[in-house]
Amino acid sequence: MAHASKDSVLRLADVRKSFVMHLQGGAHLPVVAGVSLEVAAGECVVLGGPSGAGKSSLLKMIYGNYRCDQGSILVRDGAETVDVANEAPRRILRLRKSTLGYVSQFLRVIPRVSALDVVAASARDYGVASDEAADRAAALLRTLNIPERLWSLPPATFSGGEQQRINIARGFIADHPILLLDEPTASLDAANRAAVIDLIDVKKKKGVALLGIFHDEDVRDRVADRIVDITQFRHAA
Amino acid sequence: MTTLHPGYNFAYLDEQTKRMIRRAILKAVAIPGYQVPFASREMPMPYGWGTGGVQVTAAILGEGDVLKVIDQGSDDTTNAVSIRKFFEKTAGVETTTETARATVIQTRHRIPETALQEGQTIVYQVPIPEPLRFLEPRETETRTMHGLEEYGLMHVKLYEDIATHGHIATTYAYPVKVNGRYLMDPSPTPKFDNPKMDMSPALQLFGAGREKRIYAIPPYTKVVSLDFEDHPFEVNKFDKPCALCAAEGVYLDEVILDDAGGRMFVCSDTDYCETRRAEGHRGEMLGEAPAFVSREPAE
Amino acid sequence: MSALTDDLPLLTVDRLGKNYGSRIGCRDVSFELYAGEVLAVVGESGSGKSTLLSLLSTQLQPTAGAIRYRMRDGSVRDVFELSQAERRFLMRTDWGFVHQDAAQGLRMAVSAGANVGERLMAVGDRHYGNIRHAALDWLGRVEIEADRIDDAPRSFSGGMRQRLQIARNLVTNPRLVFMDEPTGGLDVSVQARLLDLLRGLVADLGLSVIIVTHDLAVARLLSHRIMVMRQGRVIETGLTDQVLDDPREPYTQLLVSSVLQV
Repeated sequence: MAHASKDSVLRLADVRKSFVMHLQGGAHLPVVAGVSLEVAAGECVVLGGPSGAGKSSLLKMIYGNYRCDQGSILVRDGAETVDVANEAPRRILRLRKSTLGYVSQFLRVIPRVSALDVVAASARDYGVASDEAADRAAALLRTLNIPERLWSLPPATFSGGEQQRINIARGFIADHPILLLDEPTASLDAANRAAVIDLIDVKKKKGVALLGIFHDEDVRDRVADRIVDITQFRHAA
Repeated sequence: MTTLHPGYNFAYLDEQTKRMIRRAILKAVAIPGYQVPFASREMPMPYGWGTGGVQVTAAILGEGDVLKVIDQGSDDTTNAVSIRKFFEKTAGVETTTETARATVIQTRHRIPETALQEGQTIVYQVPIPEPLRFLEPRETETRTMHGLEEYGLMHVKLYEDIATHGHIATTYAYPVKVNGRYLMDPSPTPKFDNPKMDMSPALQLFGAGREKRIYAIPPYTKVVSLDFEDHPFEVNKFDKPCALCAAEGVYLDEVILDDAGGRMFVCSDTDYCETRRAEGHRGEMLGEAPAFVSREPAE
Repeated sequence: MSALTDDLPLLTVDRLGKNYGSRIGCRDVSFELYAGEVLAVVGESGSGKSTLLSLLSTQLQPTAGAIRYRMRDGSVRDVFELSQAERRFLMRTDWGFVHQDAAQGLRMAVSAGANVGERLMAVGDRHYGNIRHAALDWLGRVEIEADRIDDAPRSFSGGMRQRLQIARNLVTNPRLVFMDEPTGGLDVSVQARLLDLLRGLVADLGLSVIIVTHDLAVARLLSHRIMVMRQGRVIETGLTDQVLDDPREPYTQLLVSSVLQV
C-alpha cells in the first residue's frame, strides 16, 4: 500500500474472516481474506464496496466484536501497540475505553436511562468528569438537532433517525484517538448529515484517525481522504 | 422433715443417671455458658414444669443439703410446692424458704433478692436454652455460630427492639455473654436479675429437660448483658417501693385487687418480703391488702 | 486503582471439577477474574453452571482443582484451605451472594433495616445509630423508600426484595459478589429496573461479579466476559459481545439463535 510510510495508528495485516454456520449443516461463509490496510492519525479512510462485501464485519473485527481467524489488527494505544486479533478480553476492553470509539448501526438501549445520560455515560467511561460529560452531551445533542424535550427520556421509544443520532453522539463525545463509523449517516436528513460531516472534520483536525462506511456518495466524497475498496480482499475461490 | 419414701433411690434418679448428669455439669462448669447435651430422663412431671432443673438438682443434692424452691420468686406456688415435696419425699432433705439458709435453690424465672453466697448453688429451670433459636431455626447453624463466636445475629434482635419500640424492649430472657465467650440465655428471668449473675459467688446451673441441655456459670464469672453503645443495657425501674414491705430496688409484681382498677405492686420474692415485714418494715398498703397477697389475716 | 494490584487477578480458578459419584457436575474449569470484572456464566439447566457457582462460593467441596483468592491484605489464599471461621468471615465481608429467591438470602421475619444492618453487626458494629444510618443510606441506593426501613421483606414485592438482598450484601463493601439468576422470576419491567440498578452499582463500586444466568440479555447488559457451559465443561469463553455476536461453537450458536427477538 502506498500510505504505509505514514504514522499509522491502526494497521491490519493479512486479516481473514469467515463464518461457520453450524445450524446450517456447517455451511462455510467466507467474509474477507488478506486484508491489509493502515489508517494514520488525522486521516479519514472510507471502506468501499457493495453491501455484503464485509465492510461492517471488518469494523466489528477491529473493535473486537467479531473474531479474527488469521492475521493481525494492530492498534496504537498510547505507548503500547495492541493486537486486537490475539489479545485477552480485558485488554480489549481497556483499549475500547482509552482508544477505540465506535458508532454502530444500531443503538443498544439501556432500560430507564435518559438520552442525555446515555450519551454522557460514554464520556464518563472515557474518564471525563461528570459535569463536563453532561455539558458535552448537551452540546452534542443540540448540534445533532435532538429536541431538548427528548433529552430526559430513554431513547428506546425514539425514531430510527433519532436513535442513530444518539449513537453518533455517544461515539463522538469522548476523545478516542481512533473512531470506527458504521454508516453513521444512513438514516439522516440533509441537515443532520451536514452536522455529522462537521463533527468528522473537527475530529480530523484534532488528529483522530477515522475508518468508516458511508453509502451516501456526497458524504463519502466530502469526508474521505482515501477510499479502500474491500472487494479486492476476497477469499481465494 | 418428712420420712424418706422407701421405694425410691435417693433423689429419685438412679446413680448411673446422676453420674451422667454430673459429668455434663462438670463439662458445663469447665466451659462457662456452653450448652452441654445430656441424656435427659422422663420425670414424673410434665415438660415445662422444670424437668431439667429437677434432674440437675437431683444429681447434685446430698443428704446434708438444704433445699429452697421458688417459682417466679414465690415459695408457695403449685410448682414450687410440688418440687419441694418431691425432694422431701425422694431425698428426705431439709427444705427452707429462707434464701440465706439454703444450700441449693431451684428456681423458675427469678433470682432471690438476698444476695447469694459462696457455697450456694442456684439451679435454673430452662424452657429453651438456645438464645439464637427464634432468629435462626437450624440447630446445626446455631451450633456453628457458637463454635465460631458469630453472635452478630443476637444484635439483630436488639436492633429490631429499638426500631420497633425506641428502646431495647426485651425484658426477660435477656441475652448475656458469659466469660467473654459464649452467648447465653439466662432462662426467662427478668433482665432485672441479669446483674446478679455477674461475678456471683454462687454456682449457677441451668437445666433444660425437653431440650436436653445443661449449662453453667461458675462462681465469680463475668456475665455481660448485650447492648448497643448508644442504647446501653438498663434494668427495669419501679416508681414506687413494695406496697407491703417498702423495699426499694427490688423486682415487683403487679397484683390486681378488684374489678375497679385497684392494684398494687409487691415484692416478687415472697420470702424477702415476709422477712422484711417481720423486721418491722411497713409498706403503704400493709394491713389493707387481701390475705392472698400478704399471707396475713386482714385486720 | 494502583498499577501494582491491577495486574493481579482477584480470583484464580484452576482446573476445578466436581463429580457426583460417576456423574460430572463440572470439569476442568479454569479462569481468572480481575478487580472490576463482571463474568457471566451461561448455559441451560444442567449445564453445570449452578454447580460451578456453588463451588466458587465454597458451598460445595470440589473433587479436583483449586480456587485462589487475593484477600484484602494482599495475600493469596486457597479458599478451601481457609478455616471455617475465615471462610464464613470472608463470605459476610469481602464476598456477597445474591440468590435468585430473595427469601433464601434475606431474613424474611426481620425488618429491612436489620436485614441490611446484620452484616455490620456481624463484624462488630455496636452503635445502633450508625447501623441505622448505614441501612438508610443503602436502602436509598437500591431505591427503597426510607419509610419502609422497619417493614419486614414479607410485605415487599419481588423486585423490592431483590433490591433489599443486594443492599444487604453490599453494605460491607465486598469486592466479589456471586449472583445466581438475580432477575429470574421477575416481571420484565421489574427486571429492567433491577438490571439498570445493578449495572450502576457494579460500575460505581468497581465490583467483581460472577453472575450465573440463562438469560443472554442479562449477560449482555451486565457482563464484560462470558463463559458458555455445556455438560459440565466450559465450551466457549471471551468478550461478552464477541461471543454473543460471533459465536463459534455449535452449541453457542444454538443458544444465541434461540433468543426470542422483540
